[in-house]
Amino acid sequence: METEILARIQFAFTIAFHYIYPPLSIGLGLLMVIFEGLYIQTKNQLYHTLCRFWTKIFALTFGIGVVTGIVMEFEFGTNWAVYSRYVGDVFGSALAAEGIFAFALESGFLGILLFGWNRVKPWVHFVSTVGVFLGSMFSAVWIVVANSWQQTPAGFHIVGEGMRARAEITDFWAMFFNPSSVDRLTHVWIGAFLSGAFLVLSVHAYYLVKGRYIEISQKAFKIALLVATVFSLSQLVTGHHSADGVAKNQPAKLAALEGHYPANEKADMYLFGWVDQKNETVSGLKIPGGLSFLIHQDFDKPVVGLNAFKKEDRPGQVNAVFQFYHLMVSIGMLLIGMTLLASFYWWRGKLFDQRWLLMLFVPSVILPQIANQVGWFAAEMGRQPWVVYGLLRTSQAFSQAVSANQILFSLILFFLVYALLLFLFLYLLNKKIKHGPYDESEDEDRPMTKDISDAITG
Amino acid sequence: MTDKFIGIDFPTWWFLVVGGLFSGYAILDGFDFGAGAWHLFFKKEQSRRLALNAVGPVWDGNEVWLVIGGGALFAGFPVLYATLFSAMYIPFILFLVFLIFRAVAIEFRGKEEMLWWRKMWDVCYSVSSIMLAFLLGVVLGNVLQGLAIGDEYLYQGAGFFEFLNPYAIMVGVTTLSLFMMHGAIYLLIKTEGKLFEKLTVLLKRAMIFFMISFTITSLYTLLYIPHLSDDFKAQPLLFIFPLLTFLSIANVPRLASKQRYKWAFLFSALSIGFMLALVAIELYPTLLLSTVSEQYNIDIYNAAASTKSLKIMMIIVAIGAPLVASYTYFVYKTFSGKVVIDDASY
Repeated sequence: METEILARIQFAFTIAFHYIYPPLSIGLGLLMVIFEGLYIQTKNQLYHTLCRFWTKIFALTFGIGVVTGIVMEFEFGTNWAVYSRYVGDVFGSALAAEGIFAFALESGFLGILLFGWNRVKPWVHFVSTVGVFLGSMFSAVWIVVANSWQQTPAGFHIVGEGMRARAEITDFWAMFFNPSSVDRLTHVWIGAFLSGAFLVLSVHAYYLVKGRYIEISQKAFKIALLVATVFSLSQLVTGHHSADGVAKNQPAKLAALEGHYPANEKADMYLFGWVDQKNETVSGLKIPGGLSFLIHQDFDKPVVGLNAFKKEDRPGQVNAVFQFYHLMVSIGMLLIGMTLLASFYWWRGKLFDQRWLLMLFVPSVILPQIANQVGWFAAEMGRQPWVVYGLLRTSQAFSQAVSANQILFSLILFFLVYALLLFLFLYLLNKKIKHGPYDESEDEDRPMTKDISDAITG
Repeated sequence: MTDKFIGIDFPTWWFLVVGGLFSGYAILDGFDFGAGAWHLFFKKEQSRRLALNAVGPVWDGNEVWLVIGGGALFAGFPVLYATLFSAMYIPFILFLVFLIFRAVAIEFRGKEEMLWWRKMWDVCYSVSSIMLAFLLGVVLGNVLQGLAIGDEYLYQGAGFFEFLNPYAIMVGVTTLSLFMMHGAIYLLIKTEGKLFEKLTVLLKRAMIFFMISFTITSLYTLLYIPHLSDDFKAQPLLFIFPLLTFLSIANVPRLASKQRYKWAFLFSALSIGFMLALVAIELYPTLLLSTVSEQYNIDIYNAAASTKSLKIMMIIVAIGAPLVASYTYFVYKTFSGKVVIDDASY
């Protein structure tokens, strides 16, 4: 029991920390591609400066993402040996494909992206930027497919018994396109675009509020705002599809998301609330029959509740799942509100007069980060007590050979190292932001560049 | 297991794939660990910066081989992956932690001008490079000896530091010395002037260090770990491999003394490959010997994924490997020649 809890804490801690960075890399990758594409198209030096500036920040997030990612790959084996043996046949090919198609592409071109500015032609550099961005997108594909297989297993059969039981692949494409892959992948991608776009929005809003780098920041803010608006709206669609899928494939998880206990009654949707797990009730502000409507487009249709499942087959932490899920949804709504409001002012041509709005955008980077984290917590805790839904319990999946003491040792080690990493990340990010988008060699108000850019953009 | 491709069964194919990936990883990350191990021997800031930037554009690409190798092991031999990684818990965790420290040191060293800042990261970079090379050897040493694997693939070892036994330490030190030789040659290719002069001296020391530790480890292996030479005794024809390994190793100092460093690098890379091939021949078809009982041995057949899964992954490798090779080539070509520090450098 102790070993299991420690192994779970360590996995949760290392994966949550890791997941700060890849979404930022994917999101910043998209913006870098846009910036550099615009530069190649318009030859406007401003876009070049933007791309170089964000590349430096990208390098930071990418670097930390890689090293914390290797930890994840090893941790399946070190801490979840039974799980690894069980899923290796299915999960392994996805992981191998990730390494060979995605990660190699990413890392191969990264050298040119970071160090090749003066060594290759602009279009070759652009291709490298696109390569790194696509690599990070592919990475997400394989990882999300593997995780989705844990949520909604497909394309396999079980061979062997007891400790020797394992899932063997029977149909690669059924495994790849398991029932939740596509919905969850699009949801994850868009979540990543949002975290990148909001980092750009935050930093350039900060410059605008401070009255620095105005011309370049207005350009960057508008581009990132467009990205953020489009994707915060489309996240609503992918979120809805995901919820539909959960209703179909993981009814116990759906019930936990809304704290819906009655075995077969109409279900409400809460705006916020608190689940009393002892008395199996929820108190809070609700839309009666809202969940029924969301799933069946009918306010009175029954939805399967937690009581339809045996106690040992339900998620243990219903209130936590409920809270994480609702926090994610609320933040999603907030992001839609913020981006629509800013877009409205942009349309009226008064965006940069709204100092208060810009000030609101300065800390906004934290919002998609929180939404990404709690979304995953809801997804993973909602899947409990299973590590592979309906097939393998988390309590049977950890490494028997590893003692609680060893995990405690590694957990403390990871905690210290990651604290250092986070501190350094924030310190260097802050330094880069304070330094601004221009290199020492480039003068911000160099008339030449300004004239050329004015001439091009009118 | 009747399914075959060109007369070789799929677990054996995958054994070759994983072996190839691990050799590639050892050759590539080997030279940047080795370069890192020398770092504190360079005294001037400019030398350290040059040495760091010699591995700057390629080190993370090299680590990709670890990611792919780990994935290939997980995918192809899930039983080995799970058993070995959980049995060698502490060394693997330490390996990860040093890997992080090293990456952090490379990334952050150049971000501040202060002397103490740079010195601190120099120490981090060098110590973690040394420890990483050593730990790789330690894990290899444990695999060579075999582990206390019992029923249901359960590792029965108890102690926190059981992985740190004399033979494992010996293999660890040998690995370090090998990588230091390999890394010094790489740096010689990438540098010029004073640093280059200094490295010619360091390379000589590295070669002596390696020859001594390699000889001791080999003798110990022959005398005390007999199962590792059984195959060679049974099949005299296989002696060609130790012979090739020996010739390849001997070629390194010969070429170095003629200042043909690119060739010397090729042969130190080949030597790493040959040494791992020796290990592979000795182990095959066993992957992990159980010191408890032979019936608990993990071999390529009871550890392998299903034939179907292996076939799918062979297709993935067949498509992916040329892609990886072509952009690896492109990156090394872009950054070939002596190191030039520019505003994008570390």
